[in-house]
Amino acid sequence: MEQYLKDIIFYRPLTAWLAGRGWQAWQPLLDFAYMILSAVIVLAFILLTALFLIWLERKVCGRIQRRLGPMLTGPRFLGRLCIWTGGLLQTTADTLKLLLKEDIIPTKADRRVFIIAPVVVFTACMMAFVVLPFGPGLIVKDLNIGVLYLMAVGTFSVIAIVMGGYASNNKYSLLGAMRSAAQIISYEVPLFFAFLGPVLAAGTLSMTGIVEAQIGLGWFLIPQFIGFLVYLIASTAEINRPPFDIPEAEQELVQGFNTEYSGMKFAMFFLAEFTNMFVAASIAVTLFMGGWTLPFGLDEKIVSFLNFPYAPQALGIVVFLLKVYLLILLFMWIRWTFPRLRPDQLMSFSWKVLLPFAFLNILIACSQVLWRLPAV
Amino acid sequence: MRTEEYTLNMGPQHPSTHGVLKLVLTLDGEVVREAVPHIGFLHRALEKIAENRTYLQFIPITDRFEYLSSMSNNLAYCLAVEKLAQIPVPPRAEYIRVLMAELNRLASHLMWFSSMLLDLGATTPFIYAFRERERIMDIFEMTCGARLTYNYIRFGGVSQDLPPGFLEKMRLFLSAMKKGLPEYHALVTENPIFLARTRGIGILNPDLAVACGVSGPSLRGSGIAFDIRKAEPYSVYPELSFNIPTGTDGDVHDRYLVRMKEMEESVKIIEQALDKVPEGRYRTTLPQRIKPPKGEVFSRIEAPRGDTGVFIVSDGSEKPWRLKFRAPSFSNLSVLPHLVRGGRISDIMACIGSLDIILPEVDR
Repeated sequence: MEQYLKDIIFYRPLTAWLAGRGWQAWQPLLDFAYMILSAVIVLAFILLTALFLIWLERKVCGRIQRRLGPMLTGPRFLGRLCIWTGGLLQTTADTLKLLLKEDIIPTKADRRVFIIAPVVVFTACMMAFVVLPFGPGLIVKDLNIGVLYLMAVGTFSVIAIVMGGYASNNKYSLLGAMRSAAQIISYEVPLFFAFLGPVLAAGTLSMTGIVEAQIGLGWFLIPQFIGFLVYLIASTAEINRPPFDIPEAEQELVQGFNTEYSGMKFAMFFLAEFTNMFVAASIAVTLFMGGWTLPFGLDEKIVSFLNFPYAPQALGIVVFLLKVYLLILLFMWIRWTFPRLRPDQLMSFSWKVLLPFAFLNILIACSQVLWRLPAV
Repeated sequence: MRTEEYTLNMGPQHPSTHGVLKLVLTLDGEVVREAVPHIGFLHRALEKIAENRTYLQFIPITDRFEYLSSMSNNLAYCLAVEKLAQIPVPPRAEYIRVLMAELNRLASHLMWFSSMLLDLGATTPFIYAFRERERIMDIFEMTCGARLTYNYIRFGGVSQDLPPGFLEKMRLFLSAMKKGLPEYHALVTENPIFLARTRGIGILNPDLAVACGVSGPSLRGSGIAFDIRKAEPYSVYPELSFNIPTGTDGDVHDRYLVRMKEMEESVKIIEQALDKVPEGRYRTTLPQRIKPPKGEVFSRIEAPRGDTGVFIVSDGSEKPWRLKFRAPSFSNLSVLPHLVRGGRISDIMACIGSLDIILPEVDR
């Protein structure tokens, strides 16, 4: 994405022009403009995705639970298509409501921390987008330590949850925050070990590198299926989705860490939650399901068939999003099926079941490296 | 490291304390050291109101004791007054009453199923159970015009005869219910997370259950096969064959299974009763004002939540001198502190859900 974005703001001609005039000192201004542009694009994408995901969640839940609202509210003039467009206006109405709602800060809350927490949680999920490869070259910044960066950023949101829970000065919030901290300690470990499998097999920490390795080696999903499952379970816990939504366990802790939040501050938590789901699914797609690529050289055939300038990129985005939404639907299906685990059961499950399986996956990845299973 | 226990006021405004139960919890982190239920937020002095109304005028008030099975409350009250005033009931009315009581038991258990699973964090069973419950509500609406507070069972019979088309609607409902029950089992009963959340949680010792006056499915979950429909049969229950499911361990899962099996038994009872409903009168003709003779009476029935007893003292006038409802939820709630002590916060929800309390009945 770097080069395309830089083309948009005439980065290279402008750099040459600055150099020609001997004004290299103004170069950082151009870099800054580029940063702002990518941030705006990421933000717009996040907002649209979150809105879409909320609508999708309603639809999926409506289908699973035969709720009539999400199937029928919405633009009625579309007749039978209403089944597909139904509930569209609901998200809009929700957004408007959250924007207009009074923003209450409890009197005894720790004001500064209370205000910062939603910002932190949103920043954390925005930062993850930096290294998500949407297509060939479509990555904000292909860091050579991409996976490591994701691990670091992923842990960030729990800090915000603990901040919010502590600052609310509410026992339910505090309990939710504590649960979240306990959960992250037990879930990060198998999650990171699941990350390690593809990293070992691909021999690189760069997200693009991992995707490209899968063109040669085939999807890591096939040899490392255990790792994929461990990742799916652990990431469900990481993004606080049922059945692991114990930090906000509605029936137990009212709303957990965000009990006291309202208006846009709540919306930030809410948006971050849905965006995190997208991020978790994208990571799974990148690490295990071949990212933007299609197996059997299908993408090359399609690209030569399409035969227009940015065809590989366009195809990449479509394939990537399709895979991501497949996983998101799985997350939603799980959410609307299972009851919630108890915190202590969750932790014992993580340490006693997931972690050994994650180790097993490392073993498989090592053997893959050792014997170069699916030949290069 | 120094740690401290702390107090958490759970309720009366809380998503899963089933209305307005307040629990004052002493917590050590997530572990519950002590739980004290505070009740009375819904006290409406219903028993006192009875003293100022005629016997007939009190029937609609009985709907408000336990709004999820109003038919049972109607029945309990009417049986007591009939026993006191020795009012005969025609056989058709008896069968209609049993039909309605069992339908209401189904509706109530479906509501319990959905709310208990909701307490455990599963939202989908809620909607599934409401699909069948909706059919029952429709049947009630068609029979007596109301969906929740029926005011249907009267002294010496029922307020009106079964409506035309009732049988067809019942057959449809029964086939839907028979299809629905396996679905609930498939969705919930064998689910490993559900088992982890309910097995060995909130174990109710049979001795404690008896000592605290626990009744209904909560008692039978602990392995005591006491059901008033069998122990002190009333109405036409002796003519119908059904089993009393019991549990073995007395944990949340056993109480769950007992209620699930009870639904199957209720379906069986309804099927038999439907075949046996005789022709004839649906109500005995009674004078406008009932004046039972001086004396007192106690009668009880098996309501969905347990043993609903009605005690009436009559001074020979047209109003009861004193009326007392024995509400099963009240006694069942009294074991809650014992069930949750030593458990986790999440277990409280499982326990409340499995006891199936209903606050308007506790507070009266």
